[in-house]
Amino acid sequence: MATTITQATEDATAVTYAARVEHVSKSFPAPGAPGGRQLVLDDITLDVAPGEFVTLLGASGCGKSTLLNLVAGLDLPSAGSIRTDGRPALMFQEHALFPWLTAGRNIELALRLRGVARPDRRPEAERLLELVRLKGAYGKRVHELSGGMRQRVALARALAQDSRLLLMDEPFAALDAITRDVLHDELTRVWQETGLSVLFVTHNVREAVKLAQRVVLLSSRPGRIAREWTVGIPQPRRIEDGAVAELSAEITEELREEIRRHGRH
Amino acid sequence: MAGTDTDTDTASGPPKDASPAAGEPRDEQALAGLEAGLDALDAVRVRRTPLRETLVRKVLPPVTAVALVLVVWQVLVWAEVAPDYKLPAPSAVAEEVRAAWLQGTLLDYIWTSVSRGLLGFLLALAIGTPLGLLVARIGFVRAALGPILSGLQSLPSVAWVPPAVIWLGLNDSMMYAVILLGAVPSIANGLVAGIDQIPPLYLRAGRTLGATGVRGARYIVMPAALPGYLAGLKQGWAFSWRSLMAAEIIASSPDLGIGLGQLLENGRNNSSMSQVFLAIFLILIVGIAVDLLVFSPLERWVLRGRGLLVTR
Repeated sequence: MATTITQATEDATAVTYAARVEHVSKSFPAPGAPGGRQLVLDDITLDVAPGEFVTLLGASGCGKSTLLNLVAGLDLPSAGSIRTDGRPALMFQEHALFPWLTAGRNIELALRLRGVARPDRRPEAERLLELVRLKGAYGKRVHELSGGMRQRVALARALAQDSRLLLMDEPFAALDAITRDVLHDELTRVWQETGLSVLFVTHNVREAVKLAQRVVLLSSRPGRIAREWTVGIPQPRRIEDGAVAELSAEITEELREEIRRHGRH
Repeated sequence: MAGTDTDTDTASGPPKDASPAAGEPRDEQALAGLEAGLDALDAVRVRRTPLRETLVRKVLPPVTAVALVLVVWQVLVWAEVAPDYKLPAPSAVAEEVRAAWLQGTLLDYIWTSVSRGLLGFLLALAIGTPLGLLVARIGFVRAALGPILSGLQSLPSVAWVPPAVIWLGLNDSMMYAVILLGAVPSIANGLVAGIDQIPPLYLRAGRTLGATGVRGARYIVMPAALPGYLAGLKQGWAFSWRSLMAAEIIASSPDLGIGLGQLLENGRNNSSMSQVFLAIFLILIVGIAVDLLVFSPLERWVLRGRGLLVTR
């Protein structure tokens, strides 16, 4: 099958998706596996609409991070096509801020690489810091910030790329529970304010339900789309809300069933 | 896994039982307040050491050590363990310093060598940096030159003095050639090591931000490799200085002017042990001074900026 990666920048009205993943498969060379290759993703088809918040949920080894790397353009699919509306921004589990730059300069580097003129960079960086409620952190070094603050600066840096699609690879997995909870609300607020599309990878069911408009469950080895849920609960949601807990329980049961399948043979 | 909140944060997190989330209405302001509280609890405060503490902990020990060496030296002289043409008294060496100072030649000796050393080092910097970048980033160049650079680093640069004299004659360019052959491999290897140690995450993050090719080298690779690069520069300076001294001792000619190496060699020819000691001390002091005044502050500044400086 033909492999195409397109980062469309044409006429905005013609683009009805933030990301379009069609029949994408990915395999890696693996000595010992049948055919010498291990299939990681199998025939994934997934659309992220403009302004939509989608979480990609799955157990370890389901290839969700691989899929995100493909959408980010960091790797090529073995088959199928991926199209995105412009170049997506990417946030990692680790903050990935550059320690030789201050918080503000990290954001300015993203602006500079995007081609923003020098006099406009500083005010824009300040604005983005204010958006993630870190006014005054401009001159702080990365090691002077807490884990939650680092991820907020990383979010501001991702926003500085001015992409229409934000890819997030378990960005809050390494944070303590209460900080993570606060950052969920923060991300929801920023998403609503900016109208970004978000594709968010996680293995945490409640996180997926709390944040997303749509939850996509991937099966493991190889990764296939197992099921999708549309989350109709109005924002702001709370992790303790009955409706969130109910849907989480349903999805968790499905995910456990999915994992059990692997123990049977 | 699903739904469980495992706390894997290594930083000291806030107390978990203080969660105000339950029951409280979570409007915009409550969220902002909660966030401000978390930031205040979690933020790392960086303290600069006061000057007095620095003096006591960093200056006092080496001064004590030097004083102790002087005392032992003087005791050995008093005990007459060796005749004074083999072991001059500290006062004799001090007299040599005073005489050279009064003649106005002391600073000339030092400047002749230091200016050569610094110019040679800057040349080595200009050659070693692009070379290191090429070796680190291009597989073919690394395979071709990597082992040679490592080998050159372990070759004592004194070995280059005889061929350099034959090829270039007894002049300054011969000195620079010897310095370059000693320092360039160190600088290039330091940069290669620095680049190899860059966490792959920074390179991935750089690529998603659009820093590829030359822009990637300028904005991501070079700054990320700076600590290793600086270590290479430090070693490169040490190698420059040693190579230069070797070259000055072996190759002396009236046209070359008297640097510290020639001063040492002259002392030997005049059987003046105090002059030999003077030259050795000056060579040592210049080496230490450059390290202390240039490289150590630079290294500390870079490491402190990245939060890598361990303060005990």
